[in-house]
Amino acid sequence: MIPEIGTLALILALLLALTQAVLPLWGAQRGNLTWMSVARPAAFGQFTFILIAYLCLVYSFLTNDFTVINVANNSYSNLPAFYQFTATWGSHEGSLLFWSMLLSVWTVAVATFSRTLPEEMVSRVIGVLGLISVGFLSMLLITSSPFLRQFPGPAEGSDLNPLLQDWGMIIHPPMLYMGYVGFAVAFAFAVAALLSGRLDAAWARWSRPWATVAWAFLTLGVALGSWWAYRELGWGGWWFWDPVENASFMPWLAGTALIHSLAVAEKRGAFKAWTVLLALITFSLSLLGTFLVRSGVLSSVHAFAVDPQRGAFILGFMMLVVGGSLALFAWRAPRMVAGGAFTWFSRESMLLANNVMMVASVAAVLLGTLYPLFIDALGLGKLSVGPPYFNAVFVPLITPALFLMGVGPLMRWKGDSVPDILQRLKWALAIAMATGLLLPLTLDGYKPWAVLGLGLSTWIALTVLIAFRERVKNASQLFTLPRAFWGMHLAHLGLAIGLAGITMVVNYERELDVRMNVGDQAQMAGYTLTFKGTENYSGPNYEGTRGTVIVSKDGEERFTLYPAKRVYNRSGSVMTEASVRPSLFSDLYVSLGEPLNNELTTWAVRLYYKPFINWMWLGAVFMVVGGFLAATDRRYRIGAKARATADSASPNTQGA
Amino acid sequence: MTAPILKRCGYATVLALSLHLSAGANEPTQAVPTAPTAQPLFADAAIESRLMLLSRELRCVVCQNEALSESPAELAGDMRKEIRELMKAGKTDQEVLDFLTSRYGDFVLFRPPFKPLTYLLWIGPFVFLGFGVLIWFMALRARRTFKSAPVSSEQIAAAARLLEEKP
Amino acid sequence: MKRWLPLVFFFVLVGFFAKGLFLNPREVPSAFIGKAAPVFTLPVVGQADKAFSTTDMKGQVWLLNVWAPWCVSCKVEHQLLMALADSQKAPPIVGLNWKDKSRDAERLLIQTGNPYVAVPDDLSGRVGIDWGVTGTPETYLIDQSGTVRLKHVGPIDVDIWRNKFVPKIKELGA
Repeated sequence: MIPEIGTLALILALLLALTQAVLPLWGAQRGNLTWMSVARPAAFGQFTFILIAYLCLVYSFLTNDFTVINVANNSYSNLPAFYQFTATWGSHEGSLLFWSMLLSVWTVAVATFSRTLPEEMVSRVIGVLGLISVGFLSMLLITSSPFLRQFPGPAEGSDLNPLLQDWGMIIHPPMLYMGYVGFAVAFAFAVAALLSGRLDAAWARWSRPWATVAWAFLTLGVALGSWWAYRELGWGGWWFWDPVENASFMPWLAGTALIHSLAVAEKRGAFKAWTVLLALITFSLSLLGTFLVRSGVLSSVHAFAVDPQRGAFILGFMMLVVGGSLALFAWRAPRMVAGGAFTWFSRESMLLANNVMMVASVAAVLLGTLYPLFIDALGLGKLSVGPPYFNAVFVPLITPALFLMGVGPLMRWKGDSVPDILQRLKWALAIAMATGLLLPLTLDGYKPWAVLGLGLSTWIALTVLIAFRERVKNASQLFTLPRAFWGMHLAHLGLAIGLAGITMVVNYERELDVRMNVGDQAQMAGYTLTFKGTENYSGPNYEGTRGTVIVSKDGEERFTLYPAKRVYNRSGSVMTEASVRPSLFSDLYVSLGEPLNNELTTWAVRLYYKPFINWMWLGAVFMVVGGFLAATDRRYRIGAKARATADSASPNTQGA
Repeated sequence: MTAPILKRCGYATVLALSLHLSAGANEPTQAVPTAPTAQPLFADAAIESRLMLLSRELRCVVCQNEALSESPAELAGDMRKEIRELMKAGKTDQEVLDFLTSRYGDFVLFRPPFKPLTYLLWIGPFVFLGFGVLIWFMALRARRTFKSAPVSSEQIAAAARLLEEKP
Repeated sequence: MKRWLPLVFFFVLVGFFAKGLFLNPREVPSAFIGKAAPVFTLPVVGQADKAFSTTDMKGQVWLLNVWAPWCVSCKVEHQLLMALADSQKAPPIVGLNWKDKSRDAERLLIQTGNPYVAVPDDLSGRVGIDWGVTGTPETYLIDQSGTVRLKHVGPIDVDIWRNKFVPKIKELGA
């Protein structure tokens, strides 16, 4: 019964989405206020029904209803309850439903926080979001329903993929999808601007916080994916340039370009046409990611079950959305009036440089990701393009951008003077270069890439400090600075911290493969690790073998690590559960390999030392916080205050 | 202007010191080990480190896009064993790569070889960057002599009125 | 005019994606097509004193079928192979026993029938690596001079035999 209610709810949601799309868009075109006012209620209605559908799926999982095919394929009665819940988005069908739900959440958010925007614009934005919803809901109902039944249901499910039975699963996909879907809002704003012909600084101001929040979520989602892979896969890697990883990285790069381009569009009214195109491209890349994961066109560890038929549906959907929006752009582009003038040495030109490099990077990653497909489709053979290629190509492309990150935020709009900038930055430059060149001398081997990475991250961090120093005379003034200022600099600082982390890990990590008998000791980075043997233990849906490794330093016992191996009851899959000891300056990571004798007293053990790896995730946190701060800057909320003052006297707010 | 300079030097020194103290912890203070030392899993450490680096360049041919270094598949283990044997027999890294590509094709390499088929792949990104820099120059040249849309006196008066209104 | 570029570029991509839906990105093509088949000599399953060498097959067109007792898809293909062997009209099939740790090959062939003229035993998988084998079943077509002409990954069914192998075999005049 419940699954059928779910299907019914989806059908109702689809009908509401159609209403939400057609009436407001047509109303905006004709100036019909009644039709335009359908937008918000339709959005709320659609959300309600999708939520009902989602809850039906959750119910089916939590009650182990194996007559629902999706539940049977992705769950197990002994699967812990919170994994049963996360399994709702662990499959192709479930994740599409989840995508649709998040899209309706964002739509509701737009409906709620847009009271100060002109009705015509809001109707168009919600209308476009409705069109996208129609596409996803149709795809769900026609090709990928999570509510298909099988009678009789099997006695037991096939269990959730053990790789997904981890903390990271609970939080990575939701945050990632919030990012992907969030850029649909920026997309909708761009299309609304094209449809109305109205593209000005005000439009940029309205779009910007939405794009920034989406970017913050995507940053969080990508960082969580990387962190999860590190903890879960057992071999210490955190980025593989896998097609699906690239599919999340490309919208992130384009989204970064977008939020910077919006800055110019908002402040100076320039780059408007380009910004619109970028918004279209960013969401198109999100959709491309959806296509790549589900169509089987590229080989990836992350891919959902391959189904060319679904791939064809998504491709068709993409043609409508992306093709349609790009056609609209081409048609309306001549109408857009160009904005302000600026010189080659100005903040605008620096932001333009940022855009150039971000877009070049997107193009490079796209080229590398799709090249095997190009070659195969042309019948020219089979190629693999992997991490060595991407690392070789990406680093030179991103390095100039990282350098300019130090200069851009300190430059004035419209035009700045070269001697002035040099004067302000010369010491930062000197210290950064000195740090880059000299610091690796104190480390475990002089590596040229470490020179570059450390020099650049010091450079960026110092310029952030300079920016604060120039802005405030004493510490108490710090909190009067606008959030946008804090946001920008925290995010940039976050990137510097992340860059330092990446530099240190990549250049100075250590790996050791040892055979350990009970009682043996190994040395790693000043620590002594003593293997105390293994013991068997049982989990809710697996049998495990856990090793005990006592870690000491200077003769003193510090902590214990428990690397384990698990065999999952239902699927028989073997998972390596590495044991990690994190700290601010390094991780000690132990992974249990294979037993080397029948008594299970000698094991192959792999030890890793990962210096500064947590700076990577820390940097990401700074970026996310920075993004949210910037998006909630006072000037975006001032509309809300205006409404409040209309009814009552409010305290006079000081301009910051 | 010494105070700001010193402050900046101070920040840099703190950063440097902290990096050094934590990253440079590779000299263990000597405590006499009372327990037997674990032996490396494979006898030849030099070959193992070569294998580790090389296997990151190679694709596991039975996996969904994984490197030979981290794949748990049985065939991957066989291939690593094979590489180890080849290295022990004195083959260079390039000879090992040639051995594998002659059997599995270029598909097994994660770093595509530089040949006519991949010129576009390797040169492309730099062409994109160059192209972007060109656009940057052209956009700036256009902007320098750009004139904004003219503003009428009514628009100026309306702007003044808006500025007078209470926020 | 350059405002149409993004759209054009997108449609070019779509073309590739559409083609890509019909391709298999994981299939590894053989590096030996048109090249000399790797030579090997291996002991034969079930006959301790005999050995098989690829040079034994020189002068005729033959098939190398890579299989294993633990391979499920091989069982699917087995019937067709038996039919081909019985028909006396197909080239001789040599069955490379790949990584058979459990030593089940002999028993299985007695049970289900032996379509092979010889069953070389590749216990370590070394010969498999030499041939670029990535799994079972895989079938190679080798011509009279010892050159590999065709490789098929996966079980052979009647359609694949008729459409892929037979034309090639006819071409070689066998």
